[in-house]
Amino acid sequence: MSVAEKSGSTGAGAVAARPPGQRFDRKTIVHAVGIAIFFLLLFFVLPGITSNYWLQICTQVVVYSVVALGLAILVGRVGMVSLGQIALLAIGGWVALRIGFATGLPFPILMLAAGLVTGILGVIVGLPALRLSGLYLALITLMAAAAISIVLQQTNFPNGGGGFLGYDITGSGTAALRRPSIAMETTSFFRYTLIVGGLMFLLAWLHVRGKPGRAWAAIRQSQPAALAGGVNITLYKLWAFALAAFMTGVMGCLLAASGGGLTILQFPTQESISLLAAVFIGGVYGFAGAIVAGVFIKLVPALLDNWDLPPDLLLILFGVGVMQVLLTAPQGLAVQFPKDMMKLAKLIARPFTKGRKTAGEVAR
Amino acid sequence: MIRIEDVTVQFGGVKPLDGVTVEFPVGTCGLIGPNGAGKTTFFNVLSGFVTPREGRVVAFDEDLFAMPHYKRARWGLRRTFQTEQAIEELSLYDNVAMVHEHWGQNRTSRREDVLGALDFVGLDHLDPRVKVGVLDARDRRLVEMARAVVGKPRLVLLDEPAAGLPDEETQHLASVIRRIPEHMGALVILVDHDMSLVQNTCSITAVLDFGKLIAAGPTAEVLRDEHVIKAYLGTEEEL
Repeated sequence: MSVAEKSGSTGAGAVAARPPGQRFDRKTIVHAVGIAIFFLLLFFVLPGITSNYWLQICTQVVVYSVVALGLAILVGRVGMVSLGQIALLAIGGWVALRIGFATGLPFPILMLAAGLVTGILGVIVGLPALRLSGLYLALITLMAAAAISIVLQQTNFPNGGGGFLGYDITGSGTAALRRPSIAMETTSFFRYTLIVGGLMFLLAWLHVRGKPGRAWAAIRQSQPAALAGGVNITLYKLWAFALAAFMTGVMGCLLAASGGGLTILQFPTQESISLLAAVFIGGVYGFAGAIVAGVFIKLVPALLDNWDLPPDLLLILFGVGVMQVLLTAPQGLAVQFPKDMMKLAKLIARPFTKGRKTAGEVAR
Repeated sequence: MIRIEDVTVQFGGVKPLDGVTVEFPVGTCGLIGPNGAGKTTFFNVLSGFVTPREGRVVAFDEDLFAMPHYKRARWGLRRTFQTEQAIEELSLYDNVAMVHEHWGQNRTSRREDVLGALDFVGLDHLDPRVKVGVLDARDRRLVEMARAVVGKPRLVLLDEPAAGLPDEETQHLASVIRRIPEHMGALVILVDHDMSLVQNTCSITAVLDFGKLIAAGPTAEVLRDEHVIKAYLGTEEEL
């Protein structure tokens, strides 16, 4: 958003007119209702109008949206770039499969365990962030992700075998994690994933709105100011990494139960870079951007495949998308697209409202 | 009261602070000196951003250097910056609440304290939910000031709070600064190049030049001191 737009849309004078003390203004309520309708549509309507194949793709979109949200928090809120998120997703899947095959623990406990173990690993991957930033941090996390991939390539994902690794070389290559009893079908599993994904969005929202969010905003803008305000920078940076990794690990557990099991081929190291690109295209500051990123990473490739278009087209789309975002829409598609649509609507409405509005108002 | 004893900071061959010993008793105290005299380094030492090579600081009978920097804020040390550092992303309320919640006390009266601080600096005419990014330079300075006074500050360091502000706004700032010791009981140390602001607000002033303390005492006397005048205006070179 340009400075002119910023002051134009939310000028101090305009906002100050609102009576103080009123907790929920109209905008917040409209947002909340919009989100609720969107969620309910996905929950009730989507399974009815799509095939099982597309519903599985949508399950993956939910999974990757949450992973993207974790990355968006790191990049957009705290200002730390991580290229290790896909490797962390694989770790979440590995842990869930290992514990799932070894024990009969209920599914929510498996998700929690996968989240916690991945969270701890995320903190370790994030340790360099205390000293490094920008490109160097990105490189270090990419190296960590590559290391995790190499290890997983050797160990494979547990398929019900014995020992610490739980991989039986004589068994079938992969085996899926057992699903929760209330979500055995594709439809119910999609709904289950949607609810867990929604809870992860809520968790992230509570963080961003609360004490950690304020500390992160301070760290991102000025570490000296954060320190002077008494923010323990070490703690809050690692907390952000832990939160992103926790959310990613939980989704790894769902991914392990969604298809026919996991292989390392599903988690190429370079996908973390695509994810970062997708997050930039969607928008790093808002929550809707993460959903756009999930769509870009999982739904768009499936659509290209469906239309018999070459998959490389996706890379071109990413390239164009990132350039477009960096040049004209720094807040990402999730913010820019509705704005453009509003502009378009105003342009269309222009002949009808000409007498009432000046051209300048319409252009704005 | 804060007592700085023999503080020396060394960066390679440069000594931004060289054996500075000074005492600031109560109220608002000034710290002046030409550019590069070591004023900001002095603040950075107190806030914990710079570790001195030697020396100690005793503030209200506590050893300041024994605390890690983020704990100094909890203890009651606050500061503002030469280039204003209000957090643009956050609202007015959140900017101040951030400091209050990390201070960690008076949780139940947070809202009251935060609104009180905004009121104290004269920002009560704005909606506390406005993002700081849309405010002008003066209001941002005041947001920073509100962050420095919220809760119960004990030592407030103000680094050129009037830089870039026109005269009438500087006067408002001066009145805010003068009220801090009375209302909060905090000791204020003010760094500024605006001599009228220093004269208007500070009873005691210390002068640094090339990292050394060259004068300290009642402001009016210090400003008449010939060493101080020389430090600011330079000396005639004899050829």
